[in-house]
Amino acid sequence: MTIGITHFLIISAALFCIGLYGILIKRNLFSILMCIELMLNAVNINLVAFNHFLPTPNLSGQLMVLFSITVAAAEVAVGLALIFRVYRDFQTVNIDKLNSMKG
Amino acid sequence: MNNDLNPALFYFLAAVMLLSALAIVYCRNLVYSALFMVVCFLSIAGLYAMISADFLAAVQIMVYAGTIVILIVLCIMITRRTTMERTNMPEKKYILRASVLAGLLFFLLAYIFVNSEVLPTTNNIIALSGDTVSGLADLLLGHYMLAFEIAAVLLLAAMIGAVVLAKGADEK
Amino acid sequence: MEHFALTNTWLIPLLPAIAFVLIGLFFKRWAAISAFIAVLASAVSFILSTFAAFAVLNSGISVDAPFIQRVTWAEIAGLHFEMGALIDPLSVMMLFVVSLVSLLVQIYSIGYMQGNKSFGRFFAYLSLFSASMLGLNIAINFVQMYIFWELVGLCSYLLIGFYYQRIAAREAAKKAFITTRIGDFGLLIGILLLQTVFGTVDFLELKQILPLYIASYGTSTLTVIGILLFIGPIGKSGQFPLHVWLPDAMEGPAPVSALIHAATMVVAGVYLVARAYFLFASVPALLELIAWVGAFTAFFGASIALSQREIKRILAYSTISQLGYMMLALGVGSLTASLFHLFTHAFFKSLLFLCAGAVMHAMSEEADIFKMGGLRKKIPLVFAAMTVGVLAISGIPPFAGFFSKDEILSAALSVSTPMYLLATLTAFMTAFYMSRLLFVVFFGEETKAKLHNISYFMQVPLVILAILSFGSGLWGYICDFGYWIRFGAPLEEHMNLSIAILSTLLPLLAFALTWNIYVRKRWSADYIANKLGILYTVSFHKYYIDEFYALLCRIFIDGIGKIMYFIDIYIIDGIVNAVSGLVLFLSILLGKLQTGQTQRYAAAFFCGVVILLLCGILYFNTISGIVAGGGAL
Repeated sequence: MTIGITHFLIISAALFCIGLYGILIKRNLFSILMCIELMLNAVNINLVAFNHFLPTPNLSGQLMVLFSITVAAAEVAVGLALIFRVYRDFQTVNIDKLNSMKG
Repeated sequence: MNNDLNPALFYFLAAVMLLSALAIVYCRNLVYSALFMVVCFLSIAGLYAMISADFLAAVQIMVYAGTIVILIVLCIMITRRTTMERTNMPEKKYILRASVLAGLLFFLLAYIFVNSEVLPTTNNIIALSGDTVSGLADLLLGHYMLAFEIAAVLLLAAMIGAVVLAKGADEK
Repeated sequence: MEHFALTNTWLIPLLPAIAFVLIGLFFKRWAAISAFIAVLASAVSFILSTFAAFAVLNSGISVDAPFIQRVTWAEIAGLHFEMGALIDPLSVMMLFVVSLVSLLVQIYSIGYMQGNKSFGRFFAYLSLFSASMLGLNIAINFVQMYIFWELVGLCSYLLIGFYYQRIAAREAAKKAFITTRIGDFGLLIGILLLQTVFGTVDFLELKQILPLYIASYGTSTLTVIGILLFIGPIGKSGQFPLHVWLPDAMEGPAPVSALIHAATMVVAGVYLVARAYFLFASVPALLELIAWVGAFTAFFGASIALSQREIKRILAYSTISQLGYMMLALGVGSLTASLFHLFTHAFFKSLLFLCAGAVMHAMSEEADIFKMGGLRKKIPLVFAAMTVGVLAISGIPPFAGFFSKDEILSAALSVSTPMYLLATLTAFMTAFYMSRLLFVVFFGEETKAKLHNISYFMQVPLVILAILSFGSGLWGYICDFGYWIRFGAPLEEHMNLSIAILSTLLPLLAFALTWNIYVRKRWSADYIANKLGILYTVSFHKYYIDEFYALLCRIFIDGIGKIMYFIDIYIIDGIVNAVSGLVLFLSILLGKLQTGQTQRYAAAFFCGVVILLLCGILYFNTISGIVAGGGAL
């Protein structure tokens, strides 16, 4: 059986769901950030796979991934700064203790 | 050029990727998790290389595996405790719910992908002319010029924001 | 100048209104400036009124051919309202009287209110008061009249409650406002009915439409409208049974009482009836009603005034009685007599009130006439002025009241003998209580109290008003009042000699009686009061009307109040509380969802995604739809 787009989509879905699972069960802000990165990568895999397997004449899909990586880098930078700030202010990186928005 | 991908290579890379992703989630030590991220990103880079995205594979290794993970590890180290043991514990009471939700989502997505009629078949791939680097460059500095510039501004803003946030606006 | 005054009558009410705004907004704190502005505005509008009056006399404008200016005020489909000025002898007479009396009252107030903390506020209110009344006088339709009518009511509320620190003043203000409101409500319904039935509220248009309407539809609707309209004057002009607010209105400062009782407030009702006389006159039953209400009120007010002790209260009941005369005259079909009496009454009643104010001012706000006495020598000017006022109101020739009252009496006699007898009896009682007031206050034992000075500001208006009280009757008689102000054909004036003699002799008899009782003390007043027994008690307690109303309120309003309270507490509050409780309950439930934990939100979000996907799969059956996001790929 040849490897087609379905294979890539399924492993990206698996990666996405692992990331989601991690987000839901982790309480450490760093872990959550890492799991978000996993989910982002799952999306990137999709884009690259579609760019390869769809009959498109150019590299727009890959370019989207390039932009996505750019945004992800920015996101990680800001996110880490935020975590750092939270750690300084609350002396914790445990998300359960950061519930001042509780209704 | 043979358009068929090497199944063995694909399955190997996919297995490494998924296992290291699981390891990220299940490692009890945060630093180990971060290191498993490198493995995961490297295998993703391998997958990119398989499907004619060699430049992206390089970017993936440099930006993700190289920079982002290093940054995360650095920050983890700043907030470090006496021991890194048990820093990445899952919350027990959510495991069942989260696994049901994630499993259901995966099952649904897989069901859709497997049974889809609109997804392209493997055999109609058009060979791209030229290498991907010059193709990407053409697009980036041509059709996507504006987006490119905006991305630059975004990075600048993110940099300033990160500096301000980490430094603290109220601190002299 | 005459032409200017005639074509710009809208300036007459506008000037005091501007004075009100200026004083109210800017100059309230500076007594001298506010008084100056108010008096200046009043003086200019008085001059304009005078010129307008001359213009009317000289330019052939008559009741049948009024001079009218209109501007469209509001226009929507089916409704057309205009504002404007209706100038005929009737309205210029009112303009003249109102602006003159309010000018004099304002000058008087400068002296009377000297040193009062709220001096500026007082003048602002006075200006607004005269502005409203002047505006009412030139109204061309019922709506415009109603607007100013309500403004007059508002001003009376403000002025009666001027000493709002005093509970009695507050209560009196509320009483005046609420009582007249009952009347205003009737008037409002009447106006609305007029608009629905005739499609217009314009006086002149109505006057033209009315005969045609009566010819084709009869007078039954008109009677209802007339009664409703008449309820307004009953409230405003203090007719029985809505007179109760008027005596309490003396809680305001004396100049206010003068203004309310003489020129501005109470005559508004008479003026309304006179203005809409074509309507009332077309239904004989209405006229009869008006006549009987007037006659009874005249008698009723006089009989109460006989036994009162407070100087302003006596005058207040006397006002009720005199207004009854005016209504009686209207009811017996003599518009001329009614407005002639209004004209003379405005002068002598404001004179009496201002004199009373001067007496009270001199006596440090003492109101009980039996605590005064012998003031004749101490304040001779006030005594002289008061004497003129008393002679005028009692109808002694040639003072003003004689001419007007005589006309009313002869008009009443020509319609109904009982009414005439009632009116004559009232005239006797009027002379009795007025001379009682005069004798008790100014004769007898001299009071020991040290008197305050009465300034020239107060003396000058008294002199002017005394002259007018003396001469206005004769003046009106000579100037042929009945030719100018009339309804229908001009009446040939004839002095009924027997009536004149009787109505002169009766007051003189009353004077002799009171002289013997209160000055010579030949008969003891207490002894007579005891002899009269129940009659005296009823009169002294004002026929227990206030108590009756209080009882009525207690039974009726409290009863309704209790029912409403029950409904409010158990039904309305129950519903409201149930609704709010439900909302609170739901919001607590929803609030529970807001845990503040980001992951919960993420979980909820992905639950939604899963549900959507499930729905999609079950709904579309084909996978392609979902992958394409429901659209075409």
